[in-house]
Amino acid sequence: MHRIGVFVCHCGTNIAATVDVKAVAEAVREETGVVFSADYQYMCSEAGQTLVQDTIREQRLTGVVVCSCSPRMHEATFRKAAAKAGLNSYMVEIANIREQCSWIHKDMVSGTEKAIILARAAIAKVMLNTPLTPGKTPVTKRALVIGGGIAGIQTALDIAEAGFDVDIVEKQPTIGGKMTQIDKTFPTLDCASCILTPKMVDCAQNEKIHIYSYSEVESVTGFVGNFTAKIKRKARFVDEKKCTGCGECVEKCPMKKVPNEFNLGLDNRKAIYIPFAQAVPKVATIDANYCLMKKNGKCGLCSKVCGAGAINYDQQDEIIEEKYGAIVAATGYNPIKIDKFDEFAYSQSPDVITSLELERLMNAAGPSNGTLVRPSYLSKQDDHEAHPKTIVFVQCVGSRSTECRKGSKEYCSKICCMYTAKHAMLIREKYPDTDVYVFYIDVRTPGKLFDEFYRRAVEQYGVHYIKGMVGKVSPRADGKLDVQGSDLISNEQLHVTADLVVLATAIEPDKTARSIGTMLTASMDTNDFFTEAHPKLRPVESPTAGVFLSGVCQGPKDIPETVTQASACAAKVVGLLVKDELTGNPCVAHSDELMCNGCSACEKVCPYGAITYSDKEFRQPDRTVAIRRVASVNPAVCQGCGACTVACPSGAMDLNGFSNSQIMAEVDAVCR
Amino acid sequence: MVYSYFPGCTLKSKATELDRKARLCAAALGFELEEIENWQCCGGVYPMAKDEIATKLSSVRALADAKAHDRPLLTLCSACHNVIKQVNNDMLKDADIRTRANNYLQLDEPYGGETKVVHYLEVLRDEVGFDALKKAVKNPLKGRKVAAYYGCLLLRPGAVMAMDDPENPSIMEDLIKAMGADPVVYPQRNECCGGYLSLDDKEAVAKRRNKIVKSAADFGCDCIITACPLCMYNLAKNDCDVPVLYFTELLAQALGVE
Repeated sequence: MHRIGVFVCHCGTNIAATVDVKAVAEAVREETGVVFSADYQYMCSEAGQTLVQDTIREQRLTGVVVCSCSPRMHEATFRKAAAKAGLNSYMVEIANIREQCSWIHKDMVSGTEKAIILARAAIAKVMLNTPLTPGKTPVTKRALVIGGGIAGIQTALDIAEAGFDVDIVEKQPTIGGKMTQIDKTFPTLDCASCILTPKMVDCAQNEKIHIYSYSEVESVTGFVGNFTAKIKRKARFVDEKKCTGCGECVEKCPMKKVPNEFNLGLDNRKAIYIPFAQAVPKVATIDANYCLMKKNGKCGLCSKVCGAGAINYDQQDEIIEEKYGAIVAATGYNPIKIDKFDEFAYSQSPDVITSLELERLMNAAGPSNGTLVRPSYLSKQDDHEAHPKTIVFVQCVGSRSTECRKGSKEYCSKICCMYTAKHAMLIREKYPDTDVYVFYIDVRTPGKLFDEFYRRAVEQYGVHYIKGMVGKVSPRADGKLDVQGSDLISNEQLHVTADLVVLATAIEPDKTARSIGTMLTASMDTNDFFTEAHPKLRPVESPTAGVFLSGVCQGPKDIPETVTQASACAAKVVGLLVKDELTGNPCVAHSDELMCNGCSACEKVCPYGAITYSDKEFRQPDRTVAIRRVASVNPAVCQGCGACTVACPSGAMDLNGFSNSQIMAEVDAVCR
Repeated sequence: MVYSYFPGCTLKSKATELDRKARLCAAALGFELEEIENWQCCGGVYPMAKDEIATKLSSVRALADAKAHDRPLLTLCSACHNVIKQVNNDMLKDADIRTRANNYLQLDEPYGGETKVVHYLEVLRDEVGFDALKKAVKNPLKGRKVAAYYGCLLLRPGAVMAMDDPENPSIMEDLIKAMGADPVVYPQRNECCGGYLSLDDKEAVAKRRNKIVKSAADFGCDCIITACPLCMYNLAKNDCDVPVLYFTELLAQALGVE
């Protein structure tokens, strides 16, 4: 005998303005099995929950239907409340009459009618609910951080600080990321390396942190608390354990003409290299694409000079497997390719550069040792033409673009206004004879001490800020750059003859983010930024349990924001790892072996690899025994997505809490 | 390959050399230009008005004629090419314009943007191929420094014209190389010549002309080539005394078909 209670929530006016909640409570009272119905202003409030609990006890309810907001919002709340009153949590159903009804309809009559139908469907379902008990799974107390930039470093340090083991996987030969390439940081103008490299060293020295540099995550299986990752350690042809980072091999390497990616190709490096002096780990790496020994077996100089005997030309890629309880995506960003923005002549003149290239040109460890020179004069820095006397900055190159040009982004890259103000200010400070122009659409400088910083650039340092975009940069035969732009405030065309043009290029998620997102089944937006579980209330978690987000992989951020998010992310990871076991989700699939024909349709669609097959003995109607291949579901791995129940042609697969019969009952109730 | 050829008015008056040489070169390179019967003026730039349908009709007639013959429509003049290709795009993508144009014209079969519109340069690149063209060259233009002038209409809007990168094109430079000459790349090659402003603001056009021609001359060109009669008109008499030619004139020299 069913005894169902129905609770209709007003949600203030959120529901009550479009749905006649009293009429809904009234209407469902007549339904078979319903012994109680009531409406209340805020069902999720303490008083509302008490009403539900008291009614469960007094009316000896066997099932509860709450007509309220989305189950994503408060299903857990009401399940918990019911459990406290002695009712199995899974005997609670939510009828979503807010997001799927009151919020999207305007008319009270049809809104009420729809709410009643949704309530009826939930009642029909709850009649078929069975009490479920969640299982428990242990938690592997180790975290994986994918990406070793400032985001990954901060997250790893904080997790290690809490006492948990953490592995950083970084695809470059060193950790540090983009911040290693930056000269100074806004708004304090302190040196990026001086604040970053100590953290890199902390990572290396921390016993809880293991760094896999020059490595990539190959695959991830498992689920929250129990992930297994395969990590590919790419062959660097140098034994990490033996290499002391002395640099003798780099000194002697005869292959000098390799574009130096650390300096964005502004100068060259050797075929064996250490990216920069403070690299962590400070270990040499051989670039097999350029190494003469690797290419044609003739050279071997580095091996000869290496006192530690660390060079190993036969080193192979190595796959290691490790178990993790939590995984952090900290895959970072890259400036976009701007070859489709050639009105700025980036590919036509060496003196048109990106802002990140300018960082290298202004860095004491950069290709010009910190002297600002036109890239076309890098090899003749003493020439009196080498120093750029007029510099034009162009903001929003590829950002905030509504055009369909390949590579352009609709979003604001967020960091460019501030770093351009920083560049302009630093240049005016160091070279007061330089004229600096900044073309902008808007100057966006919210943030602590940010607007003050920008105003200092304009007022104190006399940077010419011009509202308007640059239409064309024309390299002249004499090497100068004719910049044509519009000044929207004085409404005129402006022509500036510049020595250097700096493009504030949009940033985009690293190219590897998409494949890592697929591996982790973590959702992404159309721009390939990871999406958060809730844009406001769960900003550092992915909707996929056990996957967390740190830094720019979630959206454009500056360094302070990245570090804030990285630490918040670590707190969430620690909150998970500190648990000894996790309560599982009992709403998982199971296979009726008598109906299963072993066709593999379910296994093919299962995104979690939860389904396996085995041969089992079955007694036939004629009393003989037959061996059949049947599916079975690993409930610890199954996430309850239901894909298999749809794919199964014989109806053998069913989902606890969402059985085929329950869904059909809901449909019947809707169509009644 | 036979193309339905839309010469356009200017090629029958001021720009006869563009037309005549193009036909000679086509014959030498093995493709046929069959002039569309009773073609009418493309309307200059007027068809670009979004709210006017009558100005687009002549383009639609020409396009429908090419479709009836199951041939691509070929143009030479940058303005005609731009107008016809944009109208074709409208007929393909804009249901409102498509309906109104078809209602007006009452063609035997409604036209919906099916015809492929190609520029002569695209045929040279994609059908003939610059490698084959190079082999067909009888008088390589050795030592000539040629600056290609694209103007604005030939390549833009980039998504519709889809001929080349509008900001850093290479199709004419590749043609120049195939003819045995050295291409001169200069920044003003895809800027506007002033267009119809020559009718009432000669000063503005003179400014544009000098900027473009000086830019090309600074980079050491000995002549400029163009595909557009209006660009030719605006650039021809310049202070730098740089000769301006239609690309077909140079091509005819190289192929030895004069």
